[in-house]
Amino acid sequence: MVSLWQLFWSFFKIGTFTIGGGYAMIPLMEKELVDRHRWLTAEEFMDILTLSQTMPGIFAANMATHVGWRLRGFSGAAVAVIGNVLMPILIILAMAAGLHYLQGNAVVEAVFKGVRPVVVALIAAPVFRMARAAEISRYNFWIPIVAALLIWLLGVSPIWIILIAGVGGYLYGKYFERKEVNP
Amino acid sequence: MIFWRLFYTFLKIGIFNFGGGMAMLALIQNEVVEVNGWMTAGEFADIVAASQVTPGPIGINVATYAGYTSVINAGYEPSFAIFGAFLASFAVLLLPFITMLLVSRYLMRHKDNPMVKTVMHFLKLTVIGLIAAAALLLISPDTFGSFSDSPLQFWVSIALFVVAFLVSLKWKTSPILLIVLSGAVGFVVYYLIM
Repeated sequence: MVSLWQLFWSFFKIGTFTIGGGYAMIPLMEKELVDRHRWLTAEEFMDILTLSQTMPGIFAANMATHVGWRLRGFSGAAVAVIGNVLMPILIILAMAAGLHYLQGNAVVEAVFKGVRPVVVALIAAPVFRMARAAEISRYNFWIPIVAALLIWLLGVSPIWIILIAGVGGYLYGKYFERKEVNP
Repeated sequence: MIFWRLFYTFLKIGIFNFGGGMAMLALIQNEVVEVNGWMTAGEFADIVAASQVTPGPIGINVATYAGYTSVINAGYEPSFAIFGAFLASFAVLLLPFITMLLVSRYLMRHKDNPMVKTVMHFLKLTVIGLIAAAALLLISPDTFGSFSDSPLQFWVSIALFVVAFLVSLKWKTSPILLIVLSGAVGFVVYYLIM
């Protein structure tokens, strides 16, 4: 049986040595879980990947929950998630405290003045990439536009938009989608 | 009380997050900047930048940092802010963790179910709108400077935005590289020159 310590250590490494978000962790996860420890087959790994993206929450933490649960049940799931997020939390906390301490520092202010508009660009750019990946068509292109306008101009909470989309998708699948594949 | 509100807010953010870290940014931005006013758009952009250049899932990094900043901005000592940071991360993880444990066995068998696929397709399309709205809401004098106060900062910001947007769209350039480079530009323009 896999030891809890080993599970913790694997996810600790995965969480600590990847910069650039959850999706950047995929190659390291595959290497650690499939190639190195053979806890999962390549096919199981792909299935868990799809499942973790489908479920709500943080993708990397969902992966850790499922893999931990599969190997050692509830305690395995808890240990894997804590291992995955522990170092990132400590590092970002140190950064938060450090930057807060330096608040008002002219150099830090100057650096962030340059960074802020780029952050906005980094959030805007994936919108167009994701639209392609989501098979946007002339029948459904209005969905993201209406969602964006409701939030941006009318101040509707994104949570309502998500709820409506979920219920709408369910009703569409139930009553309209008998033969076609996509809305 | 801010801690209860922080916990409840991040609990919501966790369970309604579909579609990756960027979608979570949209939810967090809406809750902490627009709804609760715990920080400005500029502070939120700083948090996102810091979260991109440190290890770990973006959602966790932003939740931790946003928890810290919200408590500090409410006038508490840093030790309370550290508690706020852990509280926000714990809250954002809690419900998805329980959901994963409860339904993953069941869903594993039904992942190719057409109904699950249709609902996911609708959610994916909607999440694109969520992220677009977050970007639009972040365009403010906090992030770009105001034209009347400092025309130079305004135009430099526009130029940085356009270049970063095009480069990122065309070549998928690493966000870390773009953040480091724009920080260097900021240092040169706003510290050395001005």
